[in-house]
Amino acid sequence: MKKLLFPWVGHLPFVAPVLLLSLFGVAMIYSAGVLNIPSPVTQGLWIRQGVVLGGSIGVLLVVSRIPMRWFDWTAMPVYILSVGVLAATLVVGTGAGTAEGVRSFLAIPGFRFQPAEAAKLATVLVVAKLLASRESSPQYLRDLLLPGLAVGLPLGLVLLQPDIGTAMAFVGIFFAMIYWARTPWPLIVFAASPGLALVLSFNTIAWSVGFILLLVGLYLYRYRLYLVESLSVVAANLAAGAMAQPLWNSLADYQRNRLLVFLNPELDPRGAGWQLVQSKVAVGSGGILGKGFTLGTQKRLNFLPEQHTDFVFSVVGEELGFVGTSLTLLLFGYLFFKMIQIAEESRSLFAGLFVFGIMGIWLTHVVVNIGMTVGVVPITGIPLPFISYGGSFLLMSWLAAAIVVAMASDKS
Amino acid sequence: MKGYDPQRQKALATQARVVVFVLVGLLVGAFFRAQVSRSSDWLLRSESNRLRSLTLPAPRGIIRDRTGRPVADNIPGYAVSILRAQTDSMLTTLERLREYMEIGSERFEDLQEQVRAGGGRSVLVSVDASFDEVAAMEERRSAFSRLLIETRPKRRYPGGEIGAHVVGSVGEINEAELESPEYEGVEPGRIVGRTGLEAQYDSLLQGQPGLRFVEVDATGRIVGSFRGIRTLTEEPGSDIDLHVDLGLMEWIHHIFPEGKGGSVVVLDVETGGVLALYSAPAYDPNVFAGSVDPAEWNRLARDPATPLYHRAVMGTYPPGSPWKLATAAIALETGAITPTERMPVPCTGSFRFGNRVARCWDEEGHGSQDLAGAIQHSCNVYFYQAGLVVGLEQLLERSNRMGFGDQCGIDLPNQATGTFPADVSFWEERFGARATQGEVLNLAIGQGPNDQSPLKMAQFMLALARDGSAPPPTLNQSAPAEAAWRLEVSEESLAAIREGMRLVMGPGGTAYGSSLEHFEILGKTGTAQSRPGEETHSWFTGMAGRFGEPPEIVVVALVEYGGSGSAVAAPLAAKTADYFLRGEYGIPRDTIQTLLEYYGVGRSTQAWVVREGR
Repeated sequence: MKKLLFPWVGHLPFVAPVLLLSLFGVAMIYSAGVLNIPSPVTQGLWIRQGVVLGGSIGVLLVVSRIPMRWFDWTAMPVYILSVGVLAATLVVGTGAGTAEGVRSFLAIPGFRFQPAEAAKLATVLVVAKLLASRESSPQYLRDLLLPGLAVGLPLGLVLLQPDIGTAMAFVGIFFAMIYWARTPWPLIVFAASPGLALVLSFNTIAWSVGFILLLVGLYLYRYRLYLVESLSVVAANLAAGAMAQPLWNSLADYQRNRLLVFLNPELDPRGAGWQLVQSKVAVGSGGILGKGFTLGTQKRLNFLPEQHTDFVFSVVGEELGFVGTSLTLLLFGYLFFKMIQIAEESRSLFAGLFVFGIMGIWLTHVVVNIGMTVGVVPITGIPLPFISYGGSFLLMSWLAAAIVVAMASDKS
Repeated sequence: MKGYDPQRQKALATQARVVVFVLVGLLVGAFFRAQVSRSSDWLLRSESNRLRSLTLPAPRGIIRDRTGRPVADNIPGYAVSILRAQTDSMLTTLERLREYMEIGSERFEDLQEQVRAGGGRSVLVSVDASFDEVAAMEERRSAFSRLLIETRPKRRYPGGEIGAHVVGSVGEINEAELESPEYEGVEPGRIVGRTGLEAQYDSLLQGQPGLRFVEVDATGRIVGSFRGIRTLTEEPGSDIDLHVDLGLMEWIHHIFPEGKGGSVVVLDVETGGVLALYSAPAYDPNVFAGSVDPAEWNRLARDPATPLYHRAVMGTYPPGSPWKLATAAIALETGAITPTERMPVPCTGSFRFGNRVARCWDEEGHGSQDLAGAIQHSCNVYFYQAGLVVGLEQLLERSNRMGFGDQCGIDLPNQATGTFPADVSFWEERFGARATQGEVLNLAIGQGPNDQSPLKMAQFMLALARDGSAPPPTLNQSAPAEAAWRLEVSEESLAAIREGMRLVMGPGGTAYGSSLEHFEILGKTGTAQSRPGEETHSWFTGMAGRFGEPPEIVVVALVEYGGSGSAVAAPLAAKTADYFLRGEYGIPRDTIQTLLEYYGVGRSTQAWVVREGR
């Protein structure tokens, strides 16, 4: 009876890391506001984050008790609504705070909200519904067409904002979910190949080698593919190679610079390379034990950019050292293991797909966000789940966690 | 697909765990590399990011006069500099600064140039911002994020224009000097000596600047001083004690003929130390202590009265009659005359040499004279003959040995070289004709190609006042005693010259009116031709001490276009000597000093009557 009233109690191993990471986040946002020359912008943010966290916990208590079938019913309407709002954002949206100049916020008097966050959740729901309702696991590329479109629509809208970071989360959703839908791995590779080709096309030889490998793969897998599919994959790869240059040219200067300085941060250490260099200096100077909570000099003296949002992990690195960064990473790893375990033990494919979709989002965010603070991934404006300041993302992450708990608890 | 397949799910879950494990592992590895393996590099980066070293200027050494009065000392000043940043933002800050402090347009352009050329180096805007300016800027601290305001010692010259030429001035080191090996390791903005003693003893006065670390934030704002690294304390420069008596200089300034240019030199006979080195007109060196206002500089540099010109050391003038003492010394040295010997031709107001008639200043003539008498009356005819006996070559050689064609070696960076022919080839080079013995006539009475600085004449007086030796005059008490030149003359000969100088100050002498009640002056007046149609230069060269004792000080006065030596320079020198010696002997000072002044105010001249046995 107790378990029925508080389903999250039964999933404490999953809820505990979420809560721990969120509390840790509030603490780091507090620290990010401790500057030698206090800034009114960042000072009280930890309180707002704490308030949102309180609300999020309330959401968990309520939502985690909702039966799974409700989500199945509401998936499609919620998806249509959220994609509609996302499209509307492009017209009436505003930038805010650190994401100034990006039309990603929808301002409703009293508070602002990022529709893309809701769209991510809705997309995970609808793709889970689409894949789970299939008679069999995807066997052909065309089986991936529908979920691909479901992801591609909001992804495209987000790219128009433009918000590359969130778009990457949608990519994460897609692959994590088709993976759990038991898609054979060659199909996953074929689906991913145009994207890989795009990256490789910056070097003609690399692209050519990739293309030949792809052809070999298609040949070996020929009996499982329609000719049209094979030709589509080839065409997509060729298109990616041909489009790379125009696409590069269409990027905004700051986006191009971010990629260039990723390859060579010292290229422009005062300009585009600034964020990366300063973040690496902060993280590296933290050493094993760090400079102490709130005591990071890079942070205090404002050398760190976006230190309460995208670069909050640099503050962790500077102040808590390798001990802090590795423990945080291990906590995320533990969380992901628990999610994998929930999916593994679930008798419902819909539930498993949902959990993997959410994990796809979070894993993408964690790898890209943390990777960029230490310079192994190009800088992308993407927050760290539970830790970065940001109400929409925190609330939506907790809502997702609540649905995970709800689905895991529903044994029907 | 609807079916639940635990085996399949287990397999997929395991593979997913591997992916998560690898991704998290890679990130942990990246952080291990950055935070553990290579942390020290980044730590260094973080330190250099936030720490800026600031130079703490060392106060320059204090220059004091012989009584301990400061001639140059330091007061706290406010230096305003713009910390290193991007050129554009430095220029913006500079632009905004103009609203809060006075920066002349020339200075402003110069600063803009410095910012552009410096490539982001800190630029010193002003070393003497006023308290009001600094206060106004501090109030808007946040608007001036890259501004550094610090107190730094500022030079002050309490004497103002008294001693301005001697002490000289300081200025900010310039670009060319920064690159010269002499100033290796010196930071921009350092204050260095420019002229006078400040330049001469710059290395002594400089001291060693200290170093302080401050913490700056990402925008270059100073957040606080850094306690982690010990700062290097600055070492003040060495102090310098001078022979100069500032009080005496003030007195000279007080009595110097109003509106005239000229100088007064007082030397200590025993040490050769410079007790006074006065030059008029002067300027206030305090205007150079901070950032020099170009307008003020131009005003001083273009002033027709040339206040920046150190006449005592740099100015050269035809020496006129006082140089007869040099002729006398040389004639005695070479044995051409003896003190008691009379010249073959008595003075009749003129002297015939070949087909030329050279005049004495007194048309009535002086008759037959010995050396002392000739000096007393400044008899040209006597010295024409003495010069002829010595001969031109000999006269030139001896004069040059006495240094009349050289600098006198005072411890100042700039000093005039006396104008005097090195040998007879001078005439061939200058006039294209061989020199005749007739040239001796001019030279012997201090005319002809002969220009000397007042200081040089003072140095010559020093030789006569001492035993014939004349060390270079020095300002700094600790200046090394250099080898002195000396006149090769006997005590008797020197006594004879001094006797002549004593007679100058006695009844019938040209400067009798300038003789003193308490002290004996020996001297020689001079009325030297200046430019045609201009008033003559007024000279007095002499020495003073107690009656019947060896002279203690040498005093030389020159007043440009002043008129006759006896009327202008002689009382000036006498009053100077009297002021100083009264101080030395504890006799109350008085503004009524010379015989003429005693007469003028009707004071008793009993002392003169008693002394002269009348």
